[in-house]
Amino acid sequence: MIANVHYVALSAVLLVIGTAGILTRRNLVVLLMSVELVLNAVNINLIAFGRSLHDDGGQIFALFVMADAVAEAAVGLALLIALFRNKETVLADEVDSLRW
Amino acid sequence: MLDAFFFWAFTLFVVAGALGTVTFRNPVHCAIGLTASLTGVAGIFLLQGAEFLSVAQIIVYVGGIMVLFLFVIMLVNVGRSERERRFSPNAKLAAAHCLGVGGLVLYFLFSRPLVLAPAIAASGSAQGNTERIGNALFTSYLLPFEIASVLLLAALIGSVVLARKRPEA
Repeated sequence: MIANVHYVALSAVLLVIGTAGILTRRNLVVLLMSVELVLNAVNINLIAFGRSLHDDGGQIFALFVMADAVAEAAVGLALLIALFRNKETVLADEVDSLRW
Repeated sequence: MLDAFFFWAFTLFVVAGALGTVTFRNPVHCAIGLTASLTGVAGIFLLQGAEFLSVAQIIVYVGGIMVLFLFVIMLVNVGRSERERRFSPNAKLAAAHCLGVGGLVLYFLFSRPLVLAPAIAASGSAQGNTERIGNALFTSYLLPFEIASVLLLAALIGSVVLARKRPEA
């Protein structure tokens, strides 16, 4: 029997995998992909709780999270292109101009 | 029974795709893993009766964001980063911490019953999911909806300005 807790657990697993990707990968494109994983984990949670409370608010919020994810991906990838044009790199640990 | 089968099938998609996304060497393969994961999430939405969001997930993520990611992967030089190390030097520490936190969350999630607020009785309306979402979006959530559209416009203009080629000055 699939209960609400299974969906929340799946969301937690996806969140952890996404966070691990953000913390460990060097390629900034893959970093942005990991952010998408984290946002999807949030959406699964919102919809699971929205269903168990019989409230459509969860789905509405998931829709707004989706719009946020789109905006984040567009701006993030544009920044990435600008970075690559200036620095010739997309590796996170080579972008350290603020450090000396 | 069928519910459980589809849940575990979609969960396999989601988790395997996510693991592929964070571990594959080639960013294009990472994008394919992400596509599998997001499609699985769309299936999970469908299982929970969120049909509109499930279709929106496919259109927005698989149709929009993934194409954007693939374009950027082709624009930036993947050949060079491919040859080098995938993970940052402190990756083992970070992964161990993530595993620890995830294990704790799962342990406490399953060690006691999930307490929920008492369920409000369903309104019993015969409206479909999309109709209810649309009604709620354009009545109670109209202001957030408009703010989201302004956010998307700002993101649109911002990304064009950021990615534009600067004239040599």
